[in-house]
Amino acid sequence: MRRRLFGTRFKVGLGAGILLCICLAAIFAPYLAPYDPYQQSLVRRLKPPAFMEGGSLRNLLGTDNYGRDLLSRLIYGSRISILVGLASMALSCTIGTVAGLFAGFKGGRTEQAIMRFADAHSAFPDILLAIIMTAALGGSALNLILVLGISGWMIYARLVFGLTRSLRERSFVEAAASYGGSDRYIVFRHILPQVVPVLTVVATLQVAQMILQEAALSFLGLGLPPPAATWGNILAEGRDRLFGAPWIAHCSGVAIILVVFSVNMLGNGLREALDPKAAGAAR
Amino acid sequence: MLNYVARRLFYVPLSILIVLGAAFVVLRTTGNPIDIFLDPNHTPEQAKALSARLHLDQPIPVQFAIYLRDVLRGDFGESLQFGGPAMPAVLGRLGATLELLAAALAVALVLGIAGGVACAVWRDRVPDFVISTLAIAAQSMPSFWLGILLIQIFAVDLRWLPTSGRGDLAHLILPATTLAAFVLPNFVLITRTSMLEVMGEPFVVTGRAKGLSAATLVFAHVFPNALNPILSFLGVQVGRLVAGSIVTETIFSWPGIGRLLIGSIFQRDVPVVLAGVVVVSLFIVLANLAVDLLLSVNDPRIRLG
Repeated sequence: MRRRLFGTRFKVGLGAGILLCICLAAIFAPYLAPYDPYQQSLVRRLKPPAFMEGGSLRNLLGTDNYGRDLLSRLIYGSRISILVGLASMALSCTIGTVAGLFAGFKGGRTEQAIMRFADAHSAFPDILLAIIMTAALGGSALNLILVLGISGWMIYARLVFGLTRSLRERSFVEAAASYGGSDRYIVFRHILPQVVPVLTVVATLQVAQMILQEAALSFLGLGLPPPAATWGNILAEGRDRLFGAPWIAHCSGVAIILVVFSVNMLGNGLREALDPKAAGAAR
Repeated sequence: MLNYVARRLFYVPLSILIVLGAAFVVLRTTGNPIDIFLDPNHTPEQAKALSARLHLDQPIPVQFAIYLRDVLRGDFGESLQFGGPAMPAVLGRLGATLELLAAALAVALVLGIAGGVACAVWRDRVPDFVISTLAIAAQSMPSFWLGILLIQIFAVDLRWLPTSGRGDLAHLILPATTLAAFVLPNFVLITRTSMLEVMGEPFVVTGRAKGLSAATLVFAHVFPNALNPILSFLGVQVGRLVAGSIVTETIFSWPGIGRLLIGSIFQRDVPVVLAGVVVVSLFIVLANLAVDLLLSVNDPRIRLG
């Protein structure tokens, strides 16, 4: 066997390592951030980062149009991204898993109803639904979680449905039913544990998608309203200043790609660890 | 085969109906159209007359039924921002969106499949390492940031290409690249996986044993068999591509349906939003149907089984 240039351990380690750092930064934001992310300073507007000409160590990543420290805003922004990413993933994973278990275990009309509904929902670009709903409900963290959570359940439903349907026919399930195990017992004790490893991979990769979608909504002006420090907001503010102050847009772009890349690394690494056959597969 | 197509066609209106119903309920239960239509000093009589004209005094299911009846007659309501009927306003933007989608899809398919095949052929060697790592990195790239980067490099700094708008081929390059980059990594990875799976089949070993050249083996034997997973993946990607086009059109001020929809949502131009929803979801459902038909053409087991 040829040596892998890019081992599973390396992927999981790198992804989890970066993520851990970012999560710690998000949790301890008030202690880490050098400034208040909302404190404006007219004399220190549009200062470039320390590594660019004219920058100073006072603002490591420079300041924005209102003189707010970008590093502090990025650190606080990670809170929203990670909160929304994890919570919306948890919501869609729960909805999808329950729906998939029901459809797969009950079969018949229940299956038809749930899976047809999933098909219909898939025919609709998730971001469009999210845009309509956030525009209608307003962009608060809770709304974003609800909107993104509801729009991403179909992938879990399909996956769990397929697995459940094939597991239902297996002899250990039949055996459990024959000695009088209730449906609930069979589902939770015999089917769900078999589904979890596959779910872990999909759920991890979905966190990346959710973070990207939150940033996209925020970029389109549908996330938390502007003074809020979110990565999408910083990017949108930076877009208007690409000429004079390109660092505003790019620092949050780098933050987003760093988080999403490490989540993707972790997800792909986990997939290889859990299912060597599908190494390097796409979502 | 015909039976199969007929069954699939039966679900098309059902999908559209569910999507439309969801959008209708969300848009109707939030925001009051009266405040948007009338100026702030309107009299109660004006408000009452308008709400009767728009059937707002009816319960929402009845409103939806009335809306559906009008839609079946081809009437999608009047646009608030343009004053004319809503559907033609949406269809007028269809060309621009299709142009962008077609260009991006062509780029993503050609480069994605080529990259994936290269990865599979040189598995675990340098080309595989470079291309797969790039693909995973590109999956992490937020398309709106990529768009901004491209604008800064090619439009602002180098001044080679226009920053935004639609016009000649030069206008198409940056938006199409941005949108293609959104789905391209997935095509690379799925092609790689699919090719590798087929390469493990016994008939490939046989082919190698009887001395077929590597090129014949890859292109005449492995690729055609690896094509189906790629095609069915294409169906999934159409939805993502359309979603990506909404963001891309906004970044590059591309006058397509996505940008129209975003603008209409902000303006609460409900008839245009709903008409756009119908067009977009119809497009996705039909594209998926077309992909399924392609699948059955490529693989007789689906057609006959």
